[in-house]
Amino acid sequence: MIDRDMAPLLQVSDLSRHYGGQVGCEDVSFELYPGEVLGVVGESGSGKTTLLKCIAGLLPPSAGTVSFDTRVDGPRDIYAMSEPERRMLMRTDWGIVFQNPRDGLRMNVSAGANVGERLMAVGARNYGEIRGNAVDWLTKVEMDLGRIDHLPETFSGGMQQRLQIARNLVTQPRLVFMDEPTSGLDVSVQARLLDLIRGLVRQLGIACVVVTHDLGVVRLLSHRLMVMRGGRVVEHGLTDQVLDDPQHPYTQLLVSSILPV
Amino acid sequence: MDGITNPEAPETLAGYNFAYLDEQTKRMIRRATLKAVAIPGYQVPFGSREMPLPYGWGTGGIQVTASIIGVEDTLKVIDQGADDTTNAVNIRRFFAKTAGVATTEKTAEASIIQTRHRIPEEPLRADQIIVYQVPQPEPLRFIEPREAETRKMHALSEYGIMHVGLYEEIAHFGRITQGYNYPVQVDDRYIMAPSPIPKFDNPKMDHMPALQLFGAGREKRIYAVPPHTKVKSLDFEDHPFTIESWEQSCALCGSSESYLDEVITDDRGSRLFVCSDSDYCRTRRDAGHEGSGLPVPAEPDTTASEPAGESS
Repeated sequence: MIDRDMAPLLQVSDLSRHYGGQVGCEDVSFELYPGEVLGVVGESGSGKTTLLKCIAGLLPPSAGTVSFDTRVDGPRDIYAMSEPERRMLMRTDWGIVFQNPRDGLRMNVSAGANVGERLMAVGARNYGEIRGNAVDWLTKVEMDLGRIDHLPETFSGGMQQRLQIARNLVTQPRLVFMDEPTSGLDVSVQARLLDLIRGLVRQLGIACVVVTHDLGVVRLLSHRLMVMRGGRVVEHGLTDQVLDDPQHPYTQLLVSSILPV
Repeated sequence: MDGITNPEAPETLAGYNFAYLDEQTKRMIRRATLKAVAIPGYQVPFGSREMPLPYGWGTGGIQVTASIIGVEDTLKVIDQGADDTTNAVNIRRFFAKTAGVATTEKTAEASIIQTRHRIPEEPLRADQIIVYQVPQPEPLRFIEPREAETRKMHALSEYGIMHVGLYEEIAHFGRITQGYNYPVQVDDRYIMAPSPIPKFDNPKMDHMPALQLFGAGREKRIYAVPPHTKVKSLDFEDHPFTIESWEQSCALCGSSESYLDEVITDDRGSRLFVCSDSDYCRTRRDAGHEGSGLPVPAEPDTTASEPAGESS
């Protein structure tokens, strides 16, 4: 679980990203501890995805720093690292689950190769071991092993999303970024996927940043919650506290907009 | 600079510079070639010229040969191992006409060998240069179509993806099925496409005493393997690299060590196995070696349900 005696895994300070005159996100600061799940919610265009891209090393911020507690050298600014170092980090200690599985998977190679790719990228050269690992992880994400040699194209949306998760977790990262992991899936598949993510995150002690517009997802997954609007963080606190007793008018509006079943 | 001609061969084609290309172009290609030799396996961009033959017929190889050939060189050109195929004959004639250099079909007598799809069976020497014609110089292209990305992958040695391709073959077929253009790592650094030679020839590239130059005309790239350089074919620990083998030996010269072509001899699928390296085969026959001379009968078709010969 969350260990607050340890140093924060990820420390974001005064992060801003502008697109010309447009504000992507403005003055965002937070800390993420090992094993902690942080939810980021807000409406479309509120800067959630910009923030995620900035902290995941995909988009250099206009101002501010993102510091990650590396295994060897301790906390380091990821944008001050050399590109090979950053890419290595992204392949090993980090995982990114994209909203659209096509962004995160190689659609022209089989499911097994998708899972094995990260292992081969860090030097695994034994086919049997790579295959074994792929089988192991596909089992963990509840995939039918008969589909291991099939192309991701032939998979349903839910299976593609689960494959993305397996592909990311195979190198046992300490931090995973998820951008709308359940959008576009029907509710029953969504429920199973959330259950799976929650189980894996708890079991493996992975820290997570989950970006979503779906309050149900963060209620289930995250320990802490950040509410964004117009690029700024308007409210920040424990998930249950924010959702049950929203302080900011925008959060109140957001919470009251959930459709009752 | 004025054009130069071969003083020894006044009968060369009038109006053309020695070996077709002008001297400035040759210097540009030599600069690229020197850089390529200095960074083994690295693809050096160069200003590829229009040549009087279509892309895919050896425009890259011809330009490299034209820029390194001198009046005292002896040129051999092979295509699929043979000296007498259209591509080989025409490129040989091209240099005979434009440079007036001596040409040969004997591997041992050549100082420059331009090749498509094979490395001669006879080991090459330190005083020889082999020039490969390359259609697709980028080994990462099949899995990563973006040029900017493949360059970055080369720069950062991010080569895990190459093994993804091999993994796929083992997963689907139980073994590595890539038979030609089998990717290699040069000097423990750059991954290189060895051009479409059969993987049978890959071991010959390793620590070869001759200089190996690769020219891709359409893709505008030159790369090289300097003499005595390590060239390793990619593989897995538990699925090591292997070369092709045949149960047959050459029907003409009886060799059981050379790369064999399978030639269909009749409508019933009988096959004749012969050396693909025509010079190697002829040299052996001249030395008194002899094969069976007989085609191998067709293997019974186990998949057909009806008797052979009746199917549509």
